[in-house]
Amino acid sequence: MIDKFFASPEAALADVADGATVLIGGFGNAGMPAALIDALIAQGARNLTIVNNNAGNGDTGLAALIGAKRVRKILCSFPRQSDSWHFDKAYRAGEIELELVPQGTLAERIRAAGAGIGAFYTPTAFGTDLAKGKETRRIGERDYVLEYPIHADYALIKADRADRWGNLAYRKTARNFAPIMAAAARCTVVQVRETVELGALDPELVVTPGIFVQRVVKVGSMLRKAA
Amino acid sequence: MKKLDRNQMAARVARDIPEGSYVNLGIGLPTLVADHLPKGREIILHSENGVLGIGPKPALGEEDEDLINAGKEPVTLLPGGAYFHHADSFGMIRGQHLDFAVLGAFQVSVAGDLANWHTGGADAIPAVGGAMDLAMGAKKVLVMMEHLTKKGESKIVERCTYPLTGARCVNRIYTDLAVIDVKADGLHVVDLVEGLSFEELQRLSGVPLKRLATAA
Repeated sequence: MIDKFFASPEAALADVADGATVLIGGFGNAGMPAALIDALIAQGARNLTIVNNNAGNGDTGLAALIGAKRVRKILCSFPRQSDSWHFDKAYRAGEIELELVPQGTLAERIRAAGAGIGAFYTPTAFGTDLAKGKETRRIGERDYVLEYPIHADYALIKADRADRWGNLAYRKTARNFAPIMAAAARCTVVQVRETVELGALDPELVVTPGIFVQRVVKVGSMLRKAA
Repeated sequence: MKKLDRNQMAARVARDIPEGSYVNLGIGLPTLVADHLPKGREIILHSENGVLGIGPKPALGEEDEDLINAGKEPVTLLPGGAYFHHADSFGMIRGQHLDFAVLGAFQVSVAGDLANWHTGGADAIPAVGGAMDLAMGAKKVLVMMEHLTKKGESKIVERCTYPLTGARCVNRIYTDLAVIDVKADGLHVVDLVEGLSFEELQRLSGVPLKRLATAA
């Protein structure tokens, strides 16, 4: 019997090795898999390469992971926020490498990894500093920049509901990067609010089919704790 | 002359967005445009994080942390709205499905180059978000900015001195002094604020401007 349910975030992340590449879902706090990030901090893996739209804010989640000096490199589109002090400090101290990627290129590089695409040409960033040193090509009337997929060892994402096959349904804009990250990682770990019986999810409304999911952890109420 | 304030600028942009448009409003000043869209005109607002059909701000206490815009502010969804993942959201942008992107700017060049993501300062932490995708992808890119810097220098320039967000991508510039179209043969002034002459705007701008024969 297929059963992708894990008892705890700690159990689901026990095998993350030093130097792993980890995709972390979420845009701001919407879709941020906070319980999984806490478990990754407790687990202790170091020299991680992290992919997220941002670089953490406040003192919890990704910011805490950076604050604990576990992140060697981050790929993101928007690191600078009013409360991104852990990243800012590590960046200015030269302790963390930043690969700044336009948001749509970040999403498409992740999608490409999950879809088996070797590289793609995008018009985004042509003629800008973020295309420096990259291959370009004129196709028809437009100029394009060659971009490569972002493969990962793990994806840590949040969904609303899952069944034991790992089929996922999301809630509102918390969906953001989760479906494409699920497909791009060798091992996708999902934090969900609710687990349901097989067959309880309407197949028409399954957004991420279980083929992209390896581990599911129920984290009960996922409302963010008040700071 | 009567400079437009932020809300008047937003209202001026809103006036030009027709019924049925799909529109992305950038963070900051452009977000104000939403408050000035004429009631009864159906316009569908897109946000990069994966939503079409954004409605008004929620009432205090009604915020849902799973329903936010690209500025990470709580929003609501209109009947008919939809959610989708990030790659689809940027496919809509890059694939030229959006009718308008309204963006803020540090500088716009006479050729329509846009600089709005990075001051290039040695100590500045760069952050780009979706700006480059919107600049290259939207069918029409509208820029909203103050005409002059705090030092009185024109933000419409011969060549951008700040790092580019996109080359030759801006279609129209809305400032607190004027509305200017960017065309292949240069900048055409569409509108001037009350009490400002074309000659004075020309002097303040420091780049060649053309009068539009059919000024609105």
